[in-house]
Amino acid sequence: MPAEVLTPATEEAIAEAVAGSGGQALRLRGGGTRSDIGRPVQAARVLSLAGHSGITLYEPGALTMVVKTGTTMAEVEAALEAENQQLAFEPMDHRALLGTTGEPTVGAVVAGNVSGPRRVRAGACRDHLLGARFVDGRGRVVKNGGRVMKNVTGLDLAKLMCGAWGTLGVLSEVSLKTLPVAETACTLRFAGLDADGAVALFCAALRTPYEIAGAAWIDGSAYLRIEGLAVQVENRSRALSALFQAHEIERIDGEAHGALWRGIRDVTHFAARPGAVWRLAAKPTDAPGIVAALGAAGAECSLDWGGGLIWARVPQEADQDVRRHLPGSGAHATLVRGCADHRGAVAVFQPEHPRLAKISAALRHEFDPDTILNPGLMA
Amino acid sequence: MSTIVMPKPMQSVLDRKAAIVAALAEALPDNRVISDPAETRAYECDALTAYRCPPLAVVLPTTTEEVSAAMRVCHDLGVSVVPRGAGTSLSGGSLPTADCVIIGTARMNGFLEVDYDNRCLRVQTGATNLSVTGHVEDDGFFYAPDPSSQLACAIAGNIAMNSGGAHCLKYGVTTNNLLGVRLVMADGEIVDLGGPQMDLPGLDLLGLICGSEGQLAIVTEAVLRILPKPEGARPVMIGFDDAEVAGECVARIIRSGVLPVAIEYMDRPCIEVVENFAHAGYPQCEALLIVEVEGSEPEIQDQLARITAIAGELNPVEVRVSASAEESANIWKGRKSAFGAMGQINDYLCLDGTVPVSALPGTLKRIGDLGREHGLQVANVFHAGDGNMHPLILFNANRPGDLERAEALGADILRACVEVGGCLTGEHGVGIEKRDLMPDQFSPVDMEMQMRVKDVFDPGWLLNPAKVFPLSASESRRTEDRRRAG
Repeated sequence: MPAEVLTPATEEAIAEAVAGSGGQALRLRGGGTRSDIGRPVQAARVLSLAGHSGITLYEPGALTMVVKTGTTMAEVEAALEAENQQLAFEPMDHRALLGTTGEPTVGAVVAGNVSGPRRVRAGACRDHLLGARFVDGRGRVVKNGGRVMKNVTGLDLAKLMCGAWGTLGVLSEVSLKTLPVAETACTLRFAGLDADGAVALFCAALRTPYEIAGAAWIDGSAYLRIEGLAVQVENRSRALSALFQAHEIERIDGEAHGALWRGIRDVTHFAARPGAVWRLAAKPTDAPGIVAALGAAGAECSLDWGGGLIWARVPQEADQDVRRHLPGSGAHATLVRGCADHRGAVAVFQPEHPRLAKISAALRHEFDPDTILNPGLMA
Repeated sequence: MSTIVMPKPMQSVLDRKAAIVAALAEALPDNRVISDPAETRAYECDALTAYRCPPLAVVLPTTTEEVSAAMRVCHDLGVSVVPRGAGTSLSGGSLPTADCVIIGTARMNGFLEVDYDNRCLRVQTGATNLSVTGHVEDDGFFYAPDPSSQLACAIAGNIAMNSGGAHCLKYGVTTNNLLGVRLVMADGEIVDLGGPQMDLPGLDLLGLICGSEGQLAIVTEAVLRILPKPEGARPVMIGFDDAEVAGECVARIIRSGVLPVAIEYMDRPCIEVVENFAHAGYPQCEALLIVEVEGSEPEIQDQLARITAIAGELNPVEVRVSASAEESANIWKGRKSAFGAMGQINDYLCLDGTVPVSALPGTLKRIGDLGREHGLQVANVFHAGDGNMHPLILFNANRPGDLERAEALGADILRACVEVGGCLTGEHGVGIEKRDLMPDQFSPVDMEMQMRVKDVFDPGWLLNPAKVFPLSASESRRTEDRRRAG
């Protein structure tokens, strides 16, 4: 039976929809492009944010955008592009990897703390979130943070909402920091490197003052992205080429450059290939050991964030939980692409320390006492 | 008399002082507990010196386990705890009450691990902010958040208040540079959160801890992100005869694609005082900007040329590009001595409301009007790039009623910041200073949700209980019954 879809067009209507849910579960949805992330949610009704759309305020001179959460990323990016600005955390578009259609929304980007390759330098979505308004599980509107760059007034609930995947509240409006697009960019490609060689290269490059804006490794090639004013990009690419002169270096510019990083951002290298895809956060120097251990178990890996982010494709889904192959490191894993059975059978999100799990459960109870918002998604 | 009220101490706690001190001494190694009133007086205030109250006792542990032992005793005996770093809070964040135990991080300043490959380090939180950079700068690294008090302030307090500084336009504030913490919970349990990884699993509890003003847990160790030092840095000083034009200049620089590491602003009253004090050679004008950029020499020249071109279109009184380390020091000298210079001639209240950059000129004008209404002078020196204002309200503490007038003016200024879309505090924290203004920024539901988060971490409301939320809002939670149950 198809789920009943509620499409409130205002924050007030979102609050009414939640308050009037009668304790029945609601599956939150933006554009539906990330609906297959998380544990399967049992809900007869969908609360779609698609009708709650529009840019409330955009002040390029103050580097601030306030936007309703149902707004598509396409609309946000078009507005930013017209002012030569961007969201510096470079949110991933999950459509290619997950094989979904529709339009990604800004609300889902914030709810998932979705970040991309520039995270290694510029920070994650949560670092660019200035404030949020949301509707809690009782149907009450709550605001936190604001639209200014520095704000330590009260507890930072906006960060708590960022990455909670809609399990604490329905985000209705978010304020984001925007930044100018770099004047120029180029990438140095180092072919023929294994994970050890790539991470050694990343560690050396990220120790330089050249503000590396991307450090990824795919199919035996390592990539270093350099961004900035023209003079900076020229100086820095020259200095890095000198530093790594023992390697064969190819420089990538222009259109190919943009396409390269969109592909890295969206993990398109695993898109058309079968199997489960896991995302692991690790101490960068632990990455080669993890890649080796997962490789021995039949997985194929790529690296981003200088080794701090590992994407692992595991061809046999029967091999359920990638965590059992991890050496004793502090790495933690999230199943990003898996069939519903798989997602129902394993912990999609990394299990937490018991005390932290208890705190998270208690917070969920305070924000959503009847467990109606995306129930069980992060369980 | 001043206007901010603290709750009456719990008599039942005061009556048990000897037993509480004995239990703490029993649980800890020798020389960790201070209870002699002659010695606890040293802890009676922080940098908000208008408010003072010696605590019941002070505990100065040397390890996380000792913090845990002390916390457990206080938890079991129902005694409130005020965590304290270096005591440099400008908002009263570490102001004691007579019935509290201070747990201070002063003796916990060890560096536990430095990891250049993963660009992070682990430190005990009693270490000063500047000592972190000091520890790694010979190897070409630095720790980015740089509050003005960085020589003295502790990482513990930086995390509690989510401190910023002059350079956060480019590098962010503490929360953007904090990777992990070791926590002592209100019941004494020790928990690690985060680490050298860039992402945390689960809910962003680290983001919640940072800026929680010592109300959720005590942070005893931190994993901090360190960054490679830039190759060089140089400022340009730009004077304008119109605050609005200076504000426009800030917005145009930010939009241009040059990302300065700092944009500092001083107004005429501030320039005058600073000039008399530091003789930095500043022009007498309505608004002075110091814009600093980083990079290699050709990169610095390129960026400064772009900035001076932007400024040149706006008819500046003076543009002075530093050409040497000495000239840079001179340009910064006045700005860096601003607070000291003010302190020489006046008592002052330093506010830190933040407004959208576009609202800066209008807010400056409003602050001037409010100052005249209240009959007090206000000087402004602040981080313009991120709209974090620092109005300094000048008053005479020896004149009866002056502090109250200054506080009333401060409240009006902060309300004006909130009205234009800003907030009460950008980097100092709410503490007691802005506690009673919270309803101007937040609805009862907004505050209730924040207090429910505290309920989860600290059910007995033992940690820094009389701060951040108006006393009337938190009253039903700050009870003896809850403490006993907590």
